[in-house]
Amino acid sequence: MESGGGLLSILSYFINNLRLIFKLTLEHIEVAMMAVIISTIIGVAIGIVITRIKKLVTPVIGIAGVIYTIPSLALFGMLIPFIGIGVKPAVIALILYGQLVLIRNTYVGITQIDRAVIEAGKGMGMSSWQFLGMVELPVALPVIMAGIRTAAVMNIGTATIAAYIGAGGLGWLIFRGIASVYTEQIIAGAVPVILLAIGTDYFFILLERFLTPPGLRHRS
Amino acid sequence: MAHTIIRFDKVSKFFPGGTKAVDDLSFEIYEGECVVFLGPSGCGKTTTIKLLNRLEHPTDGTIYLNGKDTSKIDVIALRRSIGYVIQDVGLFPHMTVAQNISLVPRLIGWSITTQETRVDELLRLVDLEPSAFRDRYPHQLSGGQRQRVGVARGLAADPPVILMDEPFGALDPITRAQLQDEFLRLRSKIKKTILFVTHDIDEAIKLGDRIAVMRTGKIVQFDTPKKIMGEPADEFVKDFVGKDCGLKLMKLLRISDIMVPALNNITERSGVVEAKKLMEERKSDILLVVDDQGVFQGVIRFELLTNRNQGSVKGLMDRDIPTVKTEEEIRATLELMLKKGVVWLPVVDEEERLKGIVTMTHFACFFSSEGWNQEGAS
Repeated sequence: MESGGGLLSILSYFINNLRLIFKLTLEHIEVAMMAVIISTIIGVAIGIVITRIKKLVTPVIGIAGVIYTIPSLALFGMLIPFIGIGVKPAVIALILYGQLVLIRNTYVGITQIDRAVIEAGKGMGMSSWQFLGMVELPVALPVIMAGIRTAAVMNIGTATIAAYIGAGGLGWLIFRGIASVYTEQIIAGAVPVILLAIGTDYFFILLERFLTPPGLRHRS
Repeated sequence: MAHTIIRFDKVSKFFPGGTKAVDDLSFEIYEGECVVFLGPSGCGKTTTIKLLNRLEHPTDGTIYLNGKDTSKIDVIALRRSIGYVIQDVGLFPHMTVAQNISLVPRLIGWSITTQETRVDELLRLVDLEPSAFRDRYPHQLSGGQRQRVGVARGLAADPPVILMDEPFGALDPITRAQLQDEFLRLRSKIKKTILFVTHDIDEAIKLGDRIAVMRTGKIVQFDTPKKIMGEPADEFVKDFVGKDCGLKLMKLLRISDIMVPALNNITERSGVVEAKKLMEERKSDILLVVDDQGVFQGVIRFELLTNRNQGSVKGLMDRDIPTVKTEEEIRATLELMLKKGVVWLPVVDEEERLKGIVTMTHFACFFSSEGWNQEGAS
């Protein structure tokens, strides 16, 4: 295999492998977004639970923090004996990583609600579920969305490494390229990942703006 | 006696650590009255009203609403039947003014059109133009406007009882006075039982039908503003209501409280002779002239009649006479009299009909007898 690295050869690699790059990009998005969706559901749920049971706040956020600090390659490795390799352990690892920011943002978003608002809601006779659905979640939404955005961008990055345990995605090109000192291949994986990360960030910024209730838009 | 709507029976509330927030309270509140809970911070006044809508739970005792033990009523239904207005308003920041106001009606399933009509009606009631304010968000309102919306929200589902926890406490003095005046105007329009918490004695006197003065979880005195000021139960109440309660009391009185009926009046169609005869009878050299509907027209003076023996009084009367309304405050009336240099004023109602007169002598008599106590005046 030749490794020149000129702009032209990079371009020709892209053109010749367009289908592959496209397929890997989709795989990458799939792994990252599946993890975002599942970890949002879990993280927001846990975040809500700890606003109700204050005793759990410190241990839950503590554990999520510890998980967050585990190096990703080590976490992938830890999961292999239990789940094996492939997409499954990758998604599970990404879900675990996302928990800290999702739980914390949900918790902060809900607990930052003005005490007077809580008292008024209770005093007016809203049930706990009504208050959650009509007040707490909508008011906390911008903060929760910011958490989801962080988790999503993080997942795009970490999913690259997940190629190492057979989860596919653009990381596959990078690892292959490194192993065979094939610059064009490395770049064919790296550039789309970078664009994907930037694009994801931007997409979630727009989504956040769109979902923020009009009455809260002045805050940001 | 009026119907009892709320009854506290030996109610106590102890907080963990043994603080007695409310200590063995028993009292009754009648339908339609405004009871003000007054006292220094930490006296248990807020806890007392929160016990009613079960934001606080009594350690001991029973609270009855319309004869029913509140602990046996579903807490959500109970709260929806009691309006709740608090100092920091607590408007939902992501909802418009209309959505905030219609929240309880929405929860209890009113139709959309009924909700919309109600929102506009309430906005007008609290003096906010519906078309301008309906779709605004709380952050686009001033402090006073927010509290108006808060009050409208408390009234939304037409609850018979409303709890107001220092609703005007966070506002600047001018806005506060304005909202207090509107509160009074509102009360004359809607019949509600109101439990109002404040630490401001002036507010309590102005707004309360009765005042419960509280200290360390107990009610020290529960009486009308007049009685609280005139006959404070102990040194604490006396200190709390302050030294100038005579002046405060003056704010409470309306002209209708001290006026006397106008006896020497005459219709404008009466003849000069008739007028002279009446003056003779009443030993008066001035008559008040009214039209057939009793609307005040002016006065006729003896010196104007001396050389006349025919015709009606209509053309002879002095029409340039200041009047005062029955609902006017005493202090403002005194000011008017001093400014105009008059010693008496005709009193008229909203339709300008003559109701009576007030004179400087009446003020003096009134303050030296009932309603004006010696200590207060000192």
